[in-house]
Formats: sequence, C-alpha cells, structure tokens
Amino acid sequence: MAIEVRIPTILRSYTGGAKSVEGTGDTLADVLTDLDSRHDGLRDRLVDDSGLRRFVNVYLNDEDVRFLGGLEAPLKDGDTVTVLPAVAGGRR
Amino acid sequence: MRYDSLLDAVGGTPLIGLPRLSPGPGVRLWAKLEDRNPTGSVKDRAAFYMVASAERDGLLAPGATMLEPTSGNTGISLAMVARLRGYKLICVMPENTSAERRELLELYGASVISSPAAGGSNEAVRIARQLAAENPGWVMLYQYGNEANARAHYETTGPELLTDLPEITHFVAGLGTAGTLMGTGRYLREKVPGVQVIAAEPRYGELVYGLRNMDEGFVPELYDESVLTGRFSVGAADSLRRTRDLLAVEGLFAGISSGAVLHAALGVAARALAAGERADIALLIADGGWKYLSTGAYDGTLEEAAARLEGQLWA
Repeated sequence: MAIEVRIPTILRSYTGGAKSVEGTGDTLADVLTDLDSRHDGLRDRLVDDSGLRRFVNVYLNDEDVRFLGGLEAPLKDGDTVTVLPAVAGGRR
Repeated sequence: MRYDSLLDAVGGTPLIGLPRLSPGPGVRLWAKLEDRNPTGSVKDRAAFYMVASAERDGLLAPGATMLEPTSGNTGISLAMVARLRGYKLICVMPENTSAERRELLELYGASVISSPAAGGSNEAVRIARQLAAENPGWVMLYQYGNEANARAHYETTGPELLTDLPEITHFVAGLGTAGTLMGTGRYLREKVPGVQVIAAEPRYGELVYGLRNMDEGFVPELYDESVLTGRFSVGAADSLRRTRDLLAVEGLFAGISSGAVLHAALGVAARALAAGERADIALLIADGGWKYLSTGAYDGTLEEAAARLEGQLWA
C-alpha cells in the first residue's frame, strides 16, 4: 500500500525539505499516522480533534477528501494525496 | 433583444450543447456562456446585485468610493457599474494577474493597487481589509462574504439553467468566492432531487500557496461545504488542454478557468458513462479567452504554456 503524499512548501520543514513522501495505510487517517512516525508533528498541523483543520485541503487523486469520507477516505495502492493550504485563489 | 441600458442586459445567457465533447447520447454536456454578459464575465451578475443591494441599504450614495479585492473580473464588472452609477472604484489586485485585466480596469477609470504575488488573492484581501479600516468612508462590498453575490445566482443563474435544462443532473462551476456555486447550487438542490453540484478549483504553482503559516489560509465566508457534492483541484496543464479542446472541438473561445471546469465535468461524465447512468451536465463558462492572450495560453506546446503560467493567477 504505497501512497504518495505531496507536501506544500510551508510544511516541508517536517519532511526535511522533501516535496513528496511515501506512506502506507488503508485510509487517509492511517497514512497520516504512518507519516507522523517518521515526520514528527506533521499530523498535528493537518488534523485537530474535529478532523481536518479549517485551512487545510487534502485531495485524493485531485478530489477533495471532504467529499470522499474525510479522514476515513479509503486509499489504494498507487493513489496520490496532495496537501494544500486553503487560499482565496484568483479570477474573482 | 432590446434593453433599456447595459445593466438591464446582465444575465439571460445562452446554454449551448457540446455534442462533440459529450461522451455519448445519454451523457451530455451543456455550456452556459457567461462571457455573453455586458463586460464579458459571470461577475456582472454578482457586481450588479451587490451594488443594487448596497444602494437599497443606503450604503452607497452618489460620489461614493468603493474598494474591492479582486483578481480581475469582479473589478471590471464593478468598474462598469461604478461608471454608470457615479461611483469611484479602487481595486486591490495581485500583481501576478494578466495585463489585460489591469488595462481594462484602468480604461473604465478604476484605480488599481497591486498586492504582492506571493499569497495570491489572500494578500489582496488582507490589504483591502487594512485599507477599509483606515478609510471608513470607503465602501467595501467584499464579494467573498456578500450574500448578494450568491443571491444573484440563486435568483438568476439557477432559474435560467432549470428553465433551459429541466433534466439537469449535474452543475459544474469554478470555485473562487463560491458565489456562483452556492447560489446556483442551493437553487438547483431545492428544485431537482439528487442533482450534483461540483466545484472545479484551480491548482496554482507553489508561489501562490507560499503562506507564512497555515493560519493565514482563507476560506470565503460564502463557502458552505454542504451545498457541494464534489470538489476537484485542476492544475494548469489540464486546464490549458481543456481550454484548447473547447476551441478546437466545439469552437468555443473560453478563459482558462473554463478549461478547469470542463476537466472536472469530463471526469463526472466518464463516471456516469461507466455506471450506465443518464447525465445532463451543465458547466459554467465564466469568461472568454480574450483577457488571457498575453499569458501565452494558446501558444506553443501545453508544457510551454503551463510553464508560462507558473506563479500566475490564471483563473
């Protein structure tokens, strides 16, 4: 169960500067717990007691995990998880 | 069709089939052409509603100065309304937006204050809030939190779509202020059982996400997750590819954010096809391609064009 997790610039201090790291687990929660064992403190920046933090967006293969079960979103081998801070974006 | 003034011509945009991009007779795509609004974007609806609402509430008197954080289209719409109604407009706009937007704003007589590229629109919002606090006489309509923005779509875009496409199963639009998705989405969900409301969100280069800390993140006050049924993040390369597809396959010259919307709509269409379900998917074309010519979106290979957009607020 290898899952690629892409890390935004602002959180790379937890991954030794790596843009992406690999984790294992059947759900997003499992993968974040697995990552935290090697990148201490990372999980805390993404999750609080009520779930994903307000200004954190997590995408599973480009779809927002909040619509796929949140932390319980099921993952499969080869999936890509992307973490991004919420921004106002453009156009408007 | 005849209108008394330009402002009366906001909305009432055409919905056109995309038969060549649709995957099959049971799964059809329909494009709502918001570039057919007076200043060429969907933002005319929100701008007109926000100004009318502020006038009714007595917030705007003749000669008033409006202030707004915008990456372009809302500013252009507000500048047009301001001209016709006798207001001044100051826009706070990230410096990494296309040159055409700035030129149009200045043509309409708006003043433009640039905000730093890093942080994208978050910085524009922050600076606009600061300016509003320092200048209590200025009126900030604040599109990200103004209920009239979403109401414009609840009262116009939603009903127009349902009239033209009573069999609608999906609505797909870009996510910025969330006004389009919230207003149209709420209306459709009240009227059409099971309708899906899908957001397509541009994924920018790293510069735009370069916050000093996660607490500086921003979620528009209008955003209500419960209105949506799905949300996709679409990068520059996919958005450009689909923008070019719209032109090459259907003859539609659209802005880059519409490519992101088409990408999400095609993903939804493929799922419906695989599940053997009928789908009539309405997607919102927010603007035409004119304002993006200088970005090089239509020149060279996709890779070259995507590289040029790195660090830009392209949607």
